[in-house]
Amino acid sequence: MSIFNKRQEEVPPAPRPAAPPSNPIEPKKEAPPLSTMPFKTPEPESTRGQASIGKAVKINGQIYSKEDLYVDGDVEGTIELQEHRLTIGPNGKVHSSVKAREVVVLGNIQGNVDASDKLEIRKDARLVGDIKTARIIIEDGAYFKGSIDIVKPEPAKSSGSNAQSRPPQQAMPAAAAANAQGSPVSAEVKR
Amino acid sequence: MITERLRSMLRRPGDTLSPGPTVVAPANHSPATTIFDKEIVTSRPSRGLEQFFAYQRGQAGLSILDLAGASQANINFITNLGHRLYSEDFVRTLDDAFGKVDVADPANEGRIDQFLRQTLNFEENQFDGVLVWDVLQYMAPTLLTATLERLRTIVKPQSYLLAYFHSDEKAQQVPFYSFRIKDQQNLQLAQRGLRKPAQIFNNRSLEKLFHKFDSVKFFLTREQLREVIVRR
Repeated sequence: MSIFNKRQEEVPPAPRPAAPPSNPIEPKKEAPPLSTMPFKTPEPESTRGQASIGKAVKINGQIYSKEDLYVDGDVEGTIELQEHRLTIGPNGKVHSSVKAREVVVLGNIQGNVDASDKLEIRKDARLVGDIKTARIIIEDGAYFKGSIDIVKPEPAKSSGSNAQSRPPQQAMPAAAAANAQGSPVSAEVKR
Repeated sequence: MITERLRSMLRRPGDTLSPGPTVVAPANHSPATTIFDKEIVTSRPSRGLEQFFAYQRGQAGLSILDLAGASQANINFITNLGHRLYSEDFVRTLDDAFGKVDVADPANEGRIDQFLRQTLNFEENQFDGVLVWDVLQYMAPTLLTATLERLRTIVKPQSYLLAYFHSDEKAQQVPFYSFRIKDQQNLQLAQRGLRKPAQIFNNRSLEKLFHKFDSVKFFLTREQLREVIVRR
């Protein structure tokens, strides 16, 4: 702003010497332009809005999360995500019952699955357990053994309750995106 | 010409008189099923399927066991009727248990018991119907008898089984299908490869096979697939 500020150049018509900026006669300069917004470091794509458990992580215990969760490691216990999405990655091995709004399986689950909205079992995934869900998508090549109960969602009574049933997926503050720290996890972590 | 005619005349009485199934190969030790890169899918009407679901018309909340593994089409169709679906990939578990590499004795009682615990570990009288498809023809006689005995116990009395058997008695290998229900009268058959059947059955041998069941009904189709409805 200092050298391109034309308002300052209006008054002195004479050619300006190439004076150093530290000249004491020169009027007080404005502060360099700075945004009032705090500087934001871009986050990695994988952690945006969801916690994740890496493939070298093993957890024994209960996982309760208030944001989406990606599991690519081993979990033994229970996983519960109220109104959020659980993704079991291709390396994920889950020996537990699972409850979430939406469950996507690319790896291995041995346990019952309760997906209130939708369950997707992708090609090469393996699920052994009983399923309770409103919708199911199963790709050819997926292995499934167990029972399927389709539970139709109850029709919303009012628009207010409908809006509550689908909270925005990225409701979690960005700062909570580091590895699974946003979720209360009682776990033993082994590497 | 004469020899061929003579041969066919000699074959026919033999067919009708043969009391048991024609055993093609020792058990299910056929060389591995060939899985094609691109599956061949054909559609066909199925009287057996129509009958199977006609028996359950007007009922909801039934328990149906599907032995062909999970497919989107079957899940949609059965759950849309309001039924609960149980899925089991029977042939895959059969291969895992008796193997392509480690060829196990299919008459081994321990192995059979273990296999049945893996695949048909259900309570007595649990199911209102079983979609058996074509899996029974890949099983060796001892294993098949034990499997049918177990099926009989887990199905409710007066309930039905729907099974398919290839009827070409000369075939060394038969198409191995994934059965997908299009609607109540039509099936999609996705060929997963070729497989050597452990046994080939004719009507008489099928009657003998299901002799402990209440009734057996056959439908012979164009593709040399024999559809069988069996009532517990």
